[in-house]
Amino acid sequence: LAATRSALPGAVTLEKLTDSADATSYNNFYEFGTDKAEPARLAHTLKTAPWSVEIDGLVKKPGRMALEDLLKLAPMEERVYRLRCVEGWSMVIPWVGYSLAELIRRVEPLGSARYVEFTSLADPATMPGVRSRVLDSPYVEGLRLDEALHPLTMLAFGMYGEVLPKQNGAPLRLVVPWKYGFKSAKSLVRIRFTERQPATAWGRAAPQEYGFYSNVNPNVDHPRWSQATERRIGEDGLFAKKRKTLLFNGYEAQVASLYAGMDLKVNF
Amino acid sequence: MPRTRARGLLSPWAKVAVFVCAAVPAVWLIGAAATDRLGANPAESLLRGTGDWTLRLLCVTLAISPLRRGLQQPALARFRRMLGLYTFFYAVLHALAWAWLDQGFEWADMVRDIAKRPFILVGFTAFVLLVPLAATSFNRAIRALGARRWQRLHRLVYAVAGLALLHFFWMRAGKNDDAEVAVYAALVALLLAERSLHFFKKNAVLPASTGH
Repeated sequence: LAATRSALPGAVTLEKLTDSADATSYNNFYEFGTDKAEPARLAHTLKTAPWSVEIDGLVKKPGRMALEDLLKLAPMEERVYRLRCVEGWSMVIPWVGYSLAELIRRVEPLGSARYVEFTSLADPATMPGVRSRVLDSPYVEGLRLDEALHPLTMLAFGMYGEVLPKQNGAPLRLVVPWKYGFKSAKSLVRIRFTERQPATAWGRAAPQEYGFYSNVNPNVDHPRWSQATERRIGEDGLFAKKRKTLLFNGYEAQVASLYAGMDLKVNF
Repeated sequence: MPRTRARGLLSPWAKVAVFVCAAVPAVWLIGAAATDRLGANPAESLLRGTGDWTLRLLCVTLAISPLRRGLQQPALARFRRMLGLYTFFYAVLHALAWAWLDQGFEWADMVRDIAKRPFILVGFTAFVLLVPLAATSFNRAIRALGARRWQRLHRLVYAVAGLALLHFFWMRAGKNDDAEVAVYAALVALLLAERSLHFFKKNAVLPASTGH
């Protein structure tokens, strides 16, 4: 998947890339099971062509967009982002795609649109995890419109220079580098603009544990574990010390202004 | 009239076989960790793996007495102490994996983690309760305590089982993923139900026959 290096400030970290073997074999994609090895084993059943994304809600130009058109919508960029999972591990991944804002501007949200809701595919025929009662299906995530418009928020179609592997959310997914990984919904089939805050899958399943914002924040612990540190996958072997987690996953300079005046402990 | 007793159970080799079998998961986990075959997050695999095996060995240990009675194989009792000690061994590995790989032996962080998080506190308490059981598992300790007191002390294992299940349940609760927890809980419930049934049967007969 051809792309040029992004020139966007903060979009290319120089940290050591996670091995693609690790990034494609250690995945949270509950539609294929809760075990991290299951998506790599089971996601081959996912059918990514034909694929289209429904754009609806509070926009001037709603409609169904084919994957082929989305691929041509804006120039492909490579961006190297840190990915911090809410479970306390992290990776460094080179994504291929473009800013979600490119798409949002083309569909022209109405003045009343304040949030964007993202829905993942939920196909019981190809996704064995959909039938489990762990999470409600389909998987739903959401962002405030200004978060969705932030240039770092990415619509990704590839990683490591290749088309997205199925276990990583093919054929297109969201990547929001300053939020915990589960905010970056995979295998998107619908993008909806709303006035009210979307009811996200994790927010419905365990509201006391997973807030709507879920910004990476070392000062706000998960109820069951500390978020102060993280294990960088593949770094220096088993006995490597965990590294300190950074506020907004190290993207504070780029995104802190979105949350000016907000109490991040309340809006976790 | 007892059924045929499996005489192999009395062979000294039977103990060796059980010893080796119970060691296999630990050897495998440590070997796989040393040769980088535990996937992308070996620390997590070790932590989970040692926890799983602690719970499994605990279930096997608790199954000995019901099986001994149900199958009328008194010789099974020979393996109970070893399996109990193996449960403790895996619990030590689990606690060590947490202290070392997860917490990096940062003592202040560990104390804070235990105090702050019920799920860690419950697991830690279960581990602490196992210590006196392991420490009094040899014959001299049984003699020193007296059989009755020793037995009463070792009933702590039921509390350990409950706490271990709660620990596991809370670990999974956030993911709404309690299918596996339910399997272990059902197994432990079954083993404890057999015990209470046995206890009531014994007590229903005893008062009449002792003549008090």
